[in-house]
Amino acid sequence: MSSEALRSDYRLVSEMVRPGTRVLDVGCGDGELLAFLAQHKQVDARGIEISRGGVAACVAKGLAVIQGDADTDLADYPDDCFDYVILSQTIQATRNPKIVLEQMLRIGRNAIVSFPNFGHWRIRTHLMFNGRMPVTENLPDTWYNTPNIHFCTIRDFVALADELQARIVRADALDAAGKPVGVKMPWWFWNMMGEQGIFWLARQGDRT
Amino acid sequence: MNQRHHEADDPHSLVLRLAADEPLVLESGASLAPVQIAYQTYGTLNAARTNAILICHALTGDQHVANVHPVTGKAGWWISMVGPGKPIDTDRFFVICSNVIGGCMGSSGPASTDPKTGEAFATAFPVLTISDMVRAQARLIDHLGIETLLAVVGGSMGGMQVLAWASLFPGRVFAAMPIASAAKHSAQNIAFHEVGRQAVMADPEWRRGRYQQEGARPVKGLAVARMAAHITYLSEPALQRKFGRKLQDREAPTFSFDADFQVESYLRHQGISFVERFDANSYLYLTRAMDYFDLAADNGGSLGAAFRNTRTRFCLVSFTSDWLFPTTDSRQIVHALNAAGASVSFVEIESDKGHDAFLLEEPNLFATTRGFLNAAATARGIPGGAA
Repeated sequence: MSSEALRSDYRLVSEMVRPGTRVLDVGCGDGELLAFLAQHKQVDARGIEISRGGVAACVAKGLAVIQGDADTDLADYPDDCFDYVILSQTIQATRNPKIVLEQMLRIGRNAIVSFPNFGHWRIRTHLMFNGRMPVTENLPDTWYNTPNIHFCTIRDFVALADELQARIVRADALDAAGKPVGVKMPWWFWNMMGEQGIFWLARQGDRT
Repeated sequence: MNQRHHEADDPHSLVLRLAADEPLVLESGASLAPVQIAYQTYGTLNAARTNAILICHALTGDQHVANVHPVTGKAGWWISMVGPGKPIDTDRFFVICSNVIGGCMGSSGPASTDPKTGEAFATAFPVLTISDMVRAQARLIDHLGIETLLAVVGGSMGGMQVLAWASLFPGRVFAAMPIASAAKHSAQNIAFHEVGRQAVMADPEWRRGRYQQEGARPVKGLAVARMAAHITYLSEPALQRKFGRKLQDREAPTFSFDADFQVESYLRHQGISFVERFDANSYLYLTRAMDYFDLAADNGGSLGAAFRNTRTRFCLVSFTSDWLFPTTDSRQIVHALNAAGASVSFVEIESDKGHDAFLLEEPNLFATTRGFLNAAATARGIPGGAA
């Protein structure tokens, strides 16, 4: 697969990963990103995926993927066993995002998290004018059947990173077309214009 | 001498005979020589000798994986998994399966003739462990001129052998697939095995193990052992779905101890057909070997230590309704492999068929096996196997 064909958030994530490192993708789906990283970045690729179908697809690709749950199974990994722990579009579906993030920064030296930004202007206007929980193209579920139980905004995520004393190595916001909203914009602008946020976190004190 | 006893010494299989000067030193300290190993192969070993897959059979299985069984006349026990175009594809892979030592289908075991006495070993045969079985298999793999197996695959007791292979000979196992297995036999499982053994030994025809010499057959004891064990291979929902409370060929209960219920009739049939093909003493030895299995204990109490620095890629599978080797057993191994930094995949397959699911038509097991083995073959540079 060429990098053009890769989902835009995956492309950004893959830019952050150094070649030849050890990577854990939490909620790796059918293994698209992991397979790309294994092929193009020669990483030692590992995954956790909750769906059987996803795990089977990953195993068929030759990936080492465990059927499991971000909320419960990260605790099983020893400290520092990965260079990067990736969580793509999954943190909002975890029961305890804070503990998941803590675990990611315990088992990996770097954490890369992408998530839908609930502070995007379209969502704000939807709630403001309709008075109902926003349903958008990217977030098509209704409030009662959504797996996304912990939505946050880009600013919320920055606050959580601060609370965990994580260092933000790099952050990006992507617009609806998957293009970066613009580097060096203030948080409030990203929080309005970004459909999703992608954060690269490291432990305070660690130098990457 | 009946067909089964004939198979113990002179099986319908390929046979490796290790001479008296090549003894197998056992974990108990005893040594076994000469040793005989009966095995079947399917497919062709490639020139580079890189496409060999060893299948390890379960407690009551044998080497007849994918051919007609010489005693029962039935199809091989894993015919849906192994064969041309099957998940373990004999068009691409060279598949080997040997009868475990302690078994009764041609590898040295209690039913084999002791060359010193000219009689069956019976209980004079040394008690074995899973590691002993694996060391014997390693002799066979040496004999076949194979340095590193592409994969070792097995379910239940076969899975224990897979784990022992990966731990004892990490450099000889490129990929390992333990299915519905555990790194140690649980107290509950030891308990079930003890019930089975006691049933065999309580049969007066067992004759302290010397039934062959004395022309007796402990068929009742072994059949009861099999009936009890068979229940543990199923699940309550599967029994309910298959039998419920349905009566066997009758309209009403007979108010007797006849097999009124279908489930009774089914279990009796399981017991009776088992004794036709299995040796009672073998059953004692093999259940004992499983009971002794504890890979962590063999490695200073740490399961992770059993796999330290391993380069083997692992794929574990469990089944939701398997209460004999439950998912938690597989997860414990996954946990240890993660701690050891090993490459490990794990999938829990939804099935209501209990422990037996690994032997049955389970499309998800087939897909996982096919995917894992083909990926391993590709990683090892074995041609063929279009996706």
